[in-house]
Amino acid sequence: MSERENILARIREALVIPAPKPVLKDKAVAEPLEDGYAAFLPAAGNTFEAQQKQFKLNAVDLKADFHLLEDASEAAVTLAKIRDSEGWKKIATHRGALTLAVCDALGLAPLIVDDTFDKNALETCDAGITECDALVAQTGSVLVTSRSAGGRALSVLPPHHIVLARRDQMVPDLPAAFALVKRKYGADFPSMISFITGPSRTGDIERILVLGAHGPKKLTILCY
Amino acid sequence: MNAIAQQFKDQATRMTRDLHHRELIQTALGKYAVKRDEKIALFQDWQGARQRASEIKWNAVNHLDEYLVEFTKKLEARGTVVHWAGTAAQARGIITGIVKEKKARLVIKSKSMTSEEIHLNEALEKEGVEVVESDLGEFIVQLRHEAPYHIVFPAMHLTRGDISELFSRELKSAPTDSPEELTIIARRVLRQKYVKADVGITGANFAIAETGMISITENEGNARLTAALPRVMITLIGLEKVLPKLEDLALFLPMLATVGAAQAISGYNTLYGGPRQEGEADGPEEFHVVLLDNQRVAFLADAEQRDALHCIRCGACLNVCPVYRNVGGHAYGTTYCGPIGAVITPHLRGLKDWKHLSYASSLCGACTEGCPVKINLHHHLLQTRRNSGSENPVWWQKIAFKLFAPVANVRFFWAMATRLGRVGQRFHPLVKGTRLDPARAWTKTRETPKLAPQSFKEWWRQRK
Repeated sequence: MSERENILARIREALVIPAPKPVLKDKAVAEPLEDGYAAFLPAAGNTFEAQQKQFKLNAVDLKADFHLLEDASEAAVTLAKIRDSEGWKKIATHRGALTLAVCDALGLAPLIVDDTFDKNALETCDAGITECDALVAQTGSVLVTSRSAGGRALSVLPPHHIVLARRDQMVPDLPAAFALVKRKYGADFPSMISFITGPSRTGDIERILVLGAHGPKKLTILCY
Repeated sequence: MNAIAQQFKDQATRMTRDLHHRELIQTALGKYAVKRDEKIALFQDWQGARQRASEIKWNAVNHLDEYLVEFTKKLEARGTVVHWAGTAAQARGIITGIVKEKKARLVIKSKSMTSEEIHLNEALEKEGVEVVESDLGEFIVQLRHEAPYHIVFPAMHLTRGDISELFSRELKSAPTDSPEELTIIARRVLRQKYVKADVGITGANFAIAETGMISITENEGNARLTAALPRVMITLIGLEKVLPKLEDLALFLPMLATVGAAQAISGYNTLYGGPRQEGEADGPEEFHVVLLDNQRVAFLADAEQRDALHCIRCGACLNVCPVYRNVGGHAYGTTYCGPIGAVITPHLRGLKDWKHLSYASSLCGACTEGCPVKINLHHHLLQTRRNSGSENPVWWQKIAFKLFAPVANVRFFWAMATRLGRVGQRFHPLVKGTRLDPARAWTKTRETPKLAPQSFKEWWRQRK
């Protein structure tokens, strides 16, 4: 008998004696469990206006930058300002409708990760520019996947992560974000799905917040 | 008393008297409850969320076989290699086997309490492999050759001065008292390790049966890098960590962050469902998931305490426990400390050696109240005491309780005993704190509470 069969058999044997169900007010909730977690979670806005406000408030809290812009050209102008103030020399991005348009306007030949790339080269880039799958108003999170945002390293290795998002990518809350993942990818999920909330942070030294522990020190989200 | 219990007692006594140490815990956890409550207040229905979370976990754990089959099938369908490990030794063997087969010299790890449980680092180092912890707190305790002090905040017991000294000794960095600079030093060292590492090892917070994915929660991005750069990724996970559906995370991720670190949600919550797929820019060529039993299945057979396997390792019960907050994490002498450690360690490592932890509790119930999945922790501590009493009875305790029962049950004897007690109490100062003192264990460090001059019954009778 393989270890798999052995363990599964022992689990079945162990579960013969039932454990008491968690009961609330003398009433166990029926199986299978219904979803509808939104009613428990922090409230989320139901219009774009309310959602972008909530996202912005969360971003301030998380020390991320959120810019609500008119169009791609305004995004390019905003990025050019950041490029100049931070003195970017090298940037990296992936092929996408939003990314390429903006990067062309920046005038820096970006490292494109879709072709085979050298991780050492990516490590020396000043910024990684990616698209995303969704912005989650409830938590201020950016949802990226290995398919939508240029693989796994691009959004976490360079010191500044720039996210380009369309206005229609704003979702109210986490349940909506997971529903979107299922709808969008069905059975063929990307190998990585990540909710990024604020720049990389640690509290491991005397519980004092420090940004840029391993991942990006800065996170900028441009939504247009 | 066995050696392990004696060691716990000695350590606990030493730590409670160490005022510097207590101050450090206070710095780390003093504001925890306030900050956590701020985040709890954001929920529309926190108690409802706890109830639902406990039901989801109940369902998952009580149908564990079905969900594990689903989880592993889905993972394997997308090119992941799943390994089943019955014991810690098997898990170590599987992982060192993969590392040796890949001829890896350097392994980078992200935080995993399960790997601490099986002592993975020592096993890899014995094979001549360099293992580097990448979580900042874990990196610090690894440099000190220590076990993590807390399941979420491993280096909670150290000041920036301690860490600066450690870094200048081990990493030859310039001394500094800025947490930012210390973080940058570690970041710089670890970046080099990331680029060179051949294998990345992670733990996982949840296993999603429906889609065949593991979910990792972190703040630093170190697990993201561990899963992105090396060409082989290995995830070690306790087999009880299954959640049935992908959307269950919509509930569990914010709850974990709220009680774990008083955050609305953690910095990175990431799902991995396989190695690099066709058309993806990067990611490991191979992805291995090691499912660990190591006494969890035997634990499952205890229906009364089965809900302790619902634990999501958030550390909330440690943060609020008056015992943990006095004796600290290392005194426990085991991987999982605090109230949850006192409940699960006797199952994972033997009741006989670890029953004493269940007595390190005031039974105040703060742990149970703080638990996001409503594990009945302090009742389990009582059950553990009962189980150890019936499994390994102590002769003098048996006699003592035989004598105590009639005294407590018969009104006349009880009244007599309290009256005698009041007399006896007058002579107590003569022996108080000396070896002749019958209450010495208590009076060594505390005042004895005085018996009331009259009982309630006597007072009631007089009042009429």
